[in-house]
Amino acid sequence: MSATSYTIVNLPDQRTATLPKRNYLNNEDGLLSWLFTGDHKRIAILYLISITFFFFIGGAFAGLIRLELLTPQPDLVASDTYNKFFSMHGIVMIFLFLVPSVPATLGNFLIPIMIGAKDLAFPKVNLLSWYLYWIGGLFTLAALVLGGVDTGWTFTTPLSTHYLNTHVVTAATGVFIIGFSSIFTGLNFIVTIHRMRAPGMTWFRMPLFCWSNYAASILMVLGTPVLAITLVLVALERLVGIGVFDPTKGGDPLLFQHLFWFYSHPAVYIMILPGMGVISEVISTFSRKRVFGYTAVAFSSVAIALFGFFVWAHHMFIMGVSNYSALVFSLLTMLVAVPSAIKIFNWAFTLQKGSITFETPMLYAFGFLGLFTIGGMTGVFLGALGMDIHLTETYFIVAHFHFVMVGGMLMAFLAGIHFWWPKMTGRMYPESLSKLAAVTTFIGFNLTFLPQFILGYLGMPRRYHAYPPEFQVLNVLSTAGATVLGVGYMLPLLYLAWSLKYGAIAGNNPWQATGLEWQIQSPPLTENFIEIPIVDHEAYDYEWLAHKTAQEVTTVG
Amino acid sequence: MSEFHDPSNVLNPEHADHHVISPVTYAIVFGTLLLFTGITVGAAYIDLGIFNPVVALAIASFKAVVVILFFMHVKYQSHLIKLTVAAGFFTFLVLITMTMSDYISRAWGLW
Amino acid sequence: MDNAIVAAHTHETAVAAEHEHIVLPQHRHHFETQEQQREAATFGMWLFLLTEIMFFGGLFFAYLLYRNWYHDAFVVSSNQLSIPLGAANTAILVTSGFFMALGVWAAEVKKQGLLVLFLVLTTFFGVAFLGIKAVEYHEKWEKHHIPGAHFNVSEFVNPPVNPKTGKLTETPLSPDMAQKTQVFFFLYFAMTGMHAFHMILGIGLLFWLTWRANRGEFSAGYVAPIENFGLYWHFVDIVWLFLFPLLYLINRHPGY
Repeated sequence: MSATSYTIVNLPDQRTATLPKRNYLNNEDGLLSWLFTGDHKRIAILYLISITFFFFIGGAFAGLIRLELLTPQPDLVASDTYNKFFSMHGIVMIFLFLVPSVPATLGNFLIPIMIGAKDLAFPKVNLLSWYLYWIGGLFTLAALVLGGVDTGWTFTTPLSTHYLNTHVVTAATGVFIIGFSSIFTGLNFIVTIHRMRAPGMTWFRMPLFCWSNYAASILMVLGTPVLAITLVLVALERLVGIGVFDPTKGGDPLLFQHLFWFYSHPAVYIMILPGMGVISEVISTFSRKRVFGYTAVAFSSVAIALFGFFVWAHHMFIMGVSNYSALVFSLLTMLVAVPSAIKIFNWAFTLQKGSITFETPMLYAFGFLGLFTIGGMTGVFLGALGMDIHLTETYFIVAHFHFVMVGGMLMAFLAGIHFWWPKMTGRMYPESLSKLAAVTTFIGFNLTFLPQFILGYLGMPRRYHAYPPEFQVLNVLSTAGATVLGVGYMLPLLYLAWSLKYGAIAGNNPWQATGLEWQIQSPPLTENFIEIPIVDHEAYDYEWLAHKTAQEVTTVG
Repeated sequence: MSEFHDPSNVLNPEHADHHVISPVTYAIVFGTLLLFTGITVGAAYIDLGIFNPVVALAIASFKAVVVILFFMHVKYQSHLIKLTVAAGFFTFLVLITMTMSDYISRAWGLW
Repeated sequence: MDNAIVAAHTHETAVAAEHEHIVLPQHRHHFETQEQQREAATFGMWLFLLTEIMFFGGLFFAYLLYRNWYHDAFVVSSNQLSIPLGAANTAILVTSGFFMALGVWAAEVKKQGLLVLFLVLTTFFGVAFLGIKAVEYHEKWEKHHIPGAHFNVSEFVNPPVNPKTGKLTETPLSPDMAQKTQVFFFLYFAMTGMHAFHMILGIGLLFWLTWRANRGEFSAGYVAPIENFGLYWHFVDIVWLFLFPLLYLINRHPGY
């Protein structure tokens, strides 16, 4: 980029640098050594490839949705087919991409290293988790190939149980199995963080990335089983006609929604919390400053997890819950916004008086700060009962959750992938291309989803493939943005793959970051550490890092 | 290498607590469980009005607590395990009570 | 912590001298001590049991809701269940749990023969439980009380008369409320069925563990699988301790 831009990147001399002779990638050879591995780092890479595959499937459906919405008429596909598009988009993106994104890739790879352990507590359960992900994924693909499911990702009754002939049970089975993949990942993280920290690694010396994943893991373990039983009940309703959600037999369709959202609201925190952990790490590193208010950020992660269990009925305000219930859940929803806001403030104060540089991970982090704030604020608007009555089931909701999930979580995921790519692969990606991709993504995202806030406010319903002609301009803008966004997401796929062979050698600590993962080789050894570290410094201790690197020998002779 | 310093006692959280519960204790617990099974059957035949389900659940909860503390060793486990058990039941109660709050309040008021 | 070559940090040097040090063949390399491994395994099993609590939680809530909505139907349907069989099953399952706890004790004090015996007894009583459940399910099948196309409510609308007393054996229900007995029976089969499914899985694991115990795998200090399976088995027991009063003992006091 510009000759005057400052960067903290510190690479070894490229004329003599090589990848370490022995690392987790070349430790063993052959497909079976990957398919039967217990190494958390290899499992992370397996997950990374898997979720990337499903991301592009989900993305393809997004493209089809936006293509249909270019014109006000329902002229591209039949309405049932359109319903299948957004259902598959939601199911694939949420369960097969967003929920496992940071935990199963970056969490799996980094958590043991960050706390000074040799592996997760249960390596075989970790591998099982990946296999369950694929079995569930195959069921989902089967549902797709057999003709799709058109209930929406929310499987709302009685539509899903009584009025559709599509492959609801297949899709529900897939999601059920993926749920167990998620549960086992969370279980592994909780036990690891509690019981396998290195000597001196107290709770409050852990990187905040660990705190965030810990909080998300609690949600995974406690929330996902409720989704599981809900899907079992839907399947039984469809297959046997038991009547649990059928008003004619005495059941209550709203019972489904209570049980479904009891998981699915904590699910959004499962999705965002690990991303927030990434942002803590990235902002600290590229401001050369410890995270402001470490304790507040740590506790706010746990607070989000706790309060996240108390607010689910804000997805049901217009569905027939009692007014009193709606009021209570609305008030509680206001409460759950507070810890998220605390984090944003703390990140902002971390930036203040820091030495800020704008490498690619930081660009994504800045994108996150702005877009997640907008998404979160619109969430507060929606939490207000009076507003939600009008805005629910419109494009305002669609815009809100895409701002937090895509503008927030996906940007955080990309920040994390770019930040830890050198550690996982030993290679740097081309910086100018990656910056271009980040900016393209940001522009494309805003062009896609800002118009949707306006559309929702003006009254365009969601999940409709036809709309009044006066909404067309905004829809066209949105589709144009989606095209730009698609380009922005394709680019990393290309240059990251390129970097595996041609990227610069990264060395141990190209970002000069704190954290145990940056003190070991890139890529790491299978056993992570030659000797278990003894930790005597706080997290984000840049003085300790400066002192340590001053004494380091990096050249020979 | 250096002397090992582990102030948070990560490596041996139980610190030689291998408390073995004796078969006698188990037998007492077993007897208690059978006794209370009989009591709960008997209580079902007595008309206690609104308290029938309360008594039944109280007895079942007592039995569950006894199984958890003794058969499942929780009485002699670390604080972490105790906290974990409590967290599980807490979340279960949140599911039950907060969902029920919607249904109970549906007939109230006439907004 | 530098990249310089340092002697590998072995667990023999790790621990202070006064702590008795166990080295078992089942020690996994990523744990520093056997104690850490054992505690981690127990913690992991408890977290799994938390997922089971929440899994059954959904069914318990559905039960709570519909029992409130259709109380009369629930009372009448519950009286269809056999208290002697249900109480016997409760006693059987509690006995099975007792033997499981004794099995854990036997492993802890390294008595292989007793361990195998107790595991066999645990399995036996578990199978007995399932046997009685099968009898109960069969009876429901005979009486057309399984929810679905063949469900028959006539017995609830027109209860039979007790020949000795000349009184009705049960409160008659309106046809509307009589239909709701199907909700009770659905919950009965779903909850006891889910419970039985967990028991079947447990019995399968018991066969495997008994075989391993017979080979001496758990009588030399490595007790974690027995301990943690015990946790699972007791949890399944606790679920039944709640199912029994909730399903069988709703209202027996008119003495029908």
